[in-house]
Amino acid sequence: MLTPFAGWTMPLRYGSELAEHHAVRGAAGLFDLSHMGQLEIDGADAAALLDHALVGRLSAVQPGRARYTMICAPDGGILDDLVVYRLEPHRYLVVANAANTAAVFTALTERAAGFAAEVRDVSARWALIAVQGPRAAAILAPLTGADLGSLRYYAVDPAWLAGRPVLLARTGYTGEDGFEIYCAPEDAPGIWAAVAAAGTPHGLVPAGLACRDTLRLEAGMPLYGNELTARVSPYEAGLGRVVALDKPDFVGRAALAARREQATEVLVGLVSGGRRAPRHDYAVLDPDTGARVGTVTSGAPSPTLGRPIAMAYVAADRSATGTVLAVDVRGSRETVTVVELPFYRRTQEGR
Amino acid sequence: MIPEDLKYTAEHEWVATRGGTVRVGITHFAQDALGDIVYVQLPEAGAKVDAGDSFGEVESTKSVSEIYAPIGGTVTARNEALGDSPDLINTDPYGEGWLVEIEATDPAAVDALLDAAAYRELTQS
Repeated sequence: MLTPFAGWTMPLRYGSELAEHHAVRGAAGLFDLSHMGQLEIDGADAAALLDHALVGRLSAVQPGRARYTMICAPDGGILDDLVVYRLEPHRYLVVANAANTAAVFTALTERAAGFAAEVRDVSARWALIAVQGPRAAAILAPLTGADLGSLRYYAVDPAWLAGRPVLLARTGYTGEDGFEIYCAPEDAPGIWAAVAAAGTPHGLVPAGLACRDTLRLEAGMPLYGNELTARVSPYEAGLGRVVALDKPDFVGRAALAARREQATEVLVGLVSGGRRAPRHDYAVLDPDTGARVGTVTSGAPSPTLGRPIAMAYVAADRSATGTVLAVDVRGSRETVTVVELPFYRRTQEGR
Repeated sequence: MIPEDLKYTAEHEWVATRGGTVRVGITHFAQDALGDIVYVQLPEAGAKVDAGDSFGEVESTKSVSEIYAPIGGTVTARNEALGDSPDLINTDPYGEGWLVEIEATDPAAVDALLDAAAYRELTQS
């Protein structure tokens, strides 16, 4: 089943989204993520530009490594969350959410004034195929000469895969070990077919956006538009670790330094004792008084846990693990408990 | 996937007449749009419903859909098997995945529902 998404027509699911979810947790799933936006930053000042434009210290990322980071507005609000790959000392690939790519490109271009670096939107030059799940490395190994064992988590290397040149990255958005394969659009169908053929004996299935959402939710990973918006800073989102406040200057620094101390609402995980799932925008309530204390950002019945889970912004004084709250689920209350994120953590850590 | 011998509503329910009662479920089209169904909330036997009332919910991992009474009457049975196996709605929407049975206040009201041809047209527009 296909669905419109940020100007693309995307696979919502190929068959059963529950089966796809369980396949990624137990074996592997194959995702078409070609909608993601890619921006290339190239030039002698590329590292300095990204240190100025983003909240993280991208100059400290070694070539061949990646980092999860954010771009914020001057007021500290999140414009997008990003994965940035340092491909060469003076060349970075910035991967943005499809719906935000144009805004990120505009902001980076404006912030590049005075830096010897060029910002290019290269989204049309890159297709993206992800292989996620505990069997991912075993599936890709026969298709590439790259040494997957030495490609660590959040590392990236140019490689040949199924006879085609790719950027092979050990990154993902599912909470499992896995790889993201950046390739030329004309090579994508051949790579997809080769991975599907090699993976089928391992239990790999094609997997759509629906299971990607429940997988990332279980893994406690935020989604732009739900947990992350221009109204919240990385601190409220519980992701203050991505902000390098010790950098001398970057866009949003002053506001973020202030917001770090002022976060009145924080992002928490909720687990429900009932069967009806909290959903995006539902009210979180004090279970005794019914007073509103927060808002659900994402929620679903967790296929792995077998019960509803959600992420929500709640008042800071209601955010302690173990706090009992209620969610207004279409007019009736479901009891929920604040838990630590993530809801799910794989037992075998990636290297 | 639209049986000829059933009646339908624009809210994607099907209705089968069985003597004085009707059996109600959701269509193949509806279960396919919802995806894997993980929870169903249904009225208990004895509940009175008016035509068009929301009387339950079908929840999948991605979304929730209300179920509307296709006709007015009294609920005489609900499909208890759905408590443990809500996926029966996906695998057999017109059979084992039925939802409730209603004793109709006005059995002739069933005649006013959509026939298979009209429902097919609705799902293809």
